[in-house]
Amino acid sequence: MASVTHAVPHDGAPPELRHHFPDLGKQREASSLGMWIFLVTEVLFFGGMFTAYAIYRETHRRAFEGASNLLDLRLGTINTIVLIVSSLTMALAVWASGRGRKNATVLFLILTMLLGATFLGIKYVEYKQKFDRHEVPGPHFVVPHDEETHQPLPRQSEMFFSLYFCMTGLHALHMIIGLGLVSWLVMRARRGEFSERYNTPVDMVGLYWHFVDIIWIYLFPLLYLLGRHTI
Amino acid sequence: MSAHGKGHGGVGAYFGVFLTLMVLTLLTVWAAYQHLGIWNTPVALGIATTKAVLVALIFMHLKDSPKLTSIVVGSSLLFLAFLIFVTASDYLTRKWIPIYFR
Repeated sequence: MASVTHAVPHDGAPPELRHHFPDLGKQREASSLGMWIFLVTEVLFFGGMFTAYAIYRETHRRAFEGASNLLDLRLGTINTIVLIVSSLTMALAVWASGRGRKNATVLFLILTMLLGATFLGIKYVEYKQKFDRHEVPGPHFVVPHDEETHQPLPRQSEMFFSLYFCMTGLHALHMIIGLGLVSWLVMRARRGEFSERYNTPVDMVGLYWHFVDIIWIYLFPLLYLLGRHTI
Repeated sequence: MSAHGKGHGGVGAYFGVFLTLMVLTLLTVWAAYQHLGIWNTPVALGIATTKAVLVALIFMHLKDSPKLTSIVVGSSLLFLAFLIFVTASDYLTRKWIPIYFR
């Protein structure tokens, strides 16, 4: 008989099943829908910044294109690739956890974390470069010069860097939270908590991780690429 | 019920999407340097959207999720479109009435 402490109405139910769900399938669907609804709110959270970027880029096109060309495209491209690989390893972690392959799950989760940390490390190098060149908005901002013409950019280039730091900063914050979530998954996976029957936490963190990747998929061309044809 | 990947094409599909994402990333960097006139931005956003759709459909299993999930995702895109369209319809039409700038 099932233990009394859980007060589960259906005896013999799997331990992962909360008592208010009829079965694990419905529980998984509810978790998934809840996660997607959270991600929808995130779309609108980032959407405000994307809208601001679109408007100001249209109204101050030359400042934005010139300032965009000052970003390090090589590092930006490497980071894009790092994130895509991390999405692959995350997808493989979800796949492995759903098959009860404990060692593979732990391996793919740790790989995902290493790639996420690499992304943040490269982002740190980029940020440091911006600080060294006084391209960070604020009292120490110095209006940068166009890479080609060597003329000073319009004053609104500071707005580009404000949006650059807000958008990449918010994205980096999501990455840091993601790293925390994945490290929590590593601990649970090592305890063998995920199986063919139940891997919802891996699945849900996977959704989050891929979503953060999608944000970067848009940030990369918008911030790094949209002025390159003017060079 | 339960675990993912059953009859989803599984790992093979993941590697296919991964390779496509890599190619599209290099393609968008290359395209950014081409002189496409007004088309540079649409091409960049088109490639980004293709990548995002692939990630959502395959990595995030949207393809094999209940229809309700797709409706939820669609609602977010609808409201994002409202947000951008309504804001742009203000800012980008202000010059149509020149008196504001005199």
